[in-house]
Amino acid sequence: MPADDHTHDHGSELSEMQLRVHALETILTEKGYVDPAALDQIVENVETKIGPHIGARIIARAWVDPEFKQRLLADATKAVNSTAGLDPVSNHLIAVENTPQTHNVVVCTLCSCYPWAVLGLPPVWYKSAPYRSRAVIDPKGVLAEFGVSLPSGTAIRIWDSTAETRFLVVPMRPAGAEGWSEEALATLVTRDSMVGTGLPKSPEKPEAAR
Amino acid sequence: MTNSIHDLGGMHGFGPVEIEPDEPRFHADWEKRVVAMMRGMGATGLWTLDGFRASMENLPPVTYLSVSYFERWCRGLERQVVAHGLVGEDELTAGRALRPGIRLNRKLTLDDVNKGGMATFERRAPAPARFKAGDSVRTRNINPATHTRLPRYARGKFGTIEAVRGCHVFPDSAALGAGDNPQWLYAVVFAGRELWGEEADPSIKVSIEAFEPYLTAA
Repeated sequence: MPADDHTHDHGSELSEMQLRVHALETILTEKGYVDPAALDQIVENVETKIGPHIGARIIARAWVDPEFKQRLLADATKAVNSTAGLDPVSNHLIAVENTPQTHNVVVCTLCSCYPWAVLGLPPVWYKSAPYRSRAVIDPKGVLAEFGVSLPSGTAIRIWDSTAETRFLVVPMRPAGAEGWSEEALATLVTRDSMVGTGLPKSPEKPEAAR
Repeated sequence: MTNSIHDLGGMHGFGPVEIEPDEPRFHADWEKRVVAMMRGMGATGLWTLDGFRASMENLPPVTYLSVSYFERWCRGLERQVVAHGLVGEDELTAGRALRPGIRLNRKLTLDDVNKGGMATFERRAPAPARFKAGDSVRTRNINPATHTRLPRYARGKFGTIEAVRGCHVFPDSAALGAGDNPQWLYAVVFAGRELWGEEADPSIKVSIEAFEPYLTAA
């Protein structure tokens, strides 16, 4: 069991954390440092507004609009924020494109930096010691654990998020989705495909891929 | 601290990546409150993002590895509010306020949250960038006892500047409360073999985002 993982079966540990967090919030509220209504709204936003559907729309747009894709790869924050129909992002967002020659993978070895604005909350595995330690030294082994095998000869490029720049992988558009609408294409774009630990779903069997 | 347990890149022994199918956003309600408190207390401006990272990096290594991500945030937040004189250890023990709060210059309001927007770390450049795309560089071999964002695996290594990212807040200074000290930021790419030795897979390249003080011309 990875030491960094969150264990679900430790009921006592969970209730201990509930008490600990409740105590801290009580103190901060009683001392007037936080506004409970503001905190509730933050939770609401994280739970309902941000998520990988935002990134998926960006990728689908890039697949159908070469001019947008060019602007996205040149300056992702500017491209997204100047395009109608996409949720604005204010991070220093950098889009990196997968090609037949190169596959991109994103990690943060020092903490767990992740493009929240376009992908929402990071999954537990992204924050875990196994992923953070091995993505930079054994990316092929890590990809194999995600069920991703790349054609031999594909170079792998790892992006370690060591500053406030955030990375969004632009996966290759899957074959077999010619003529699909932007909305339909977005359903093929998975979270993991935008981190580099997955590939987009196949149009023939969209339910099979993660 | 710099050479502490958070700097995981290249370590062995943590086992396979455990992937949870259909993972929920949160695994417990308390995690949501931690996220909200982090944002709320971060908005007070009393500490920087890197100051907060440093408080988690300074957790005892065994604690760092054995608690979950959001528990690290919780413990880091407890340390920050105590270190900045906002909350007493006795209050954390009691689970309630024992004294009135001190006056804050800034407090996050519902209006702030609704307006959205996130902090930007780009700053006006005090000097021209020293490097340009294509330049060969070598990362410095530094081991400061304080916070840095140059991972151990990428120290003293030859690489190439791939992109100039602009001038950004320098984490090594900001973590100490020593101001923004803006520095140029670059994408620096390394061959896998430069980082991991001759037996490493030649098809792998790794890049870091490196601040100018981490780099020398090569």
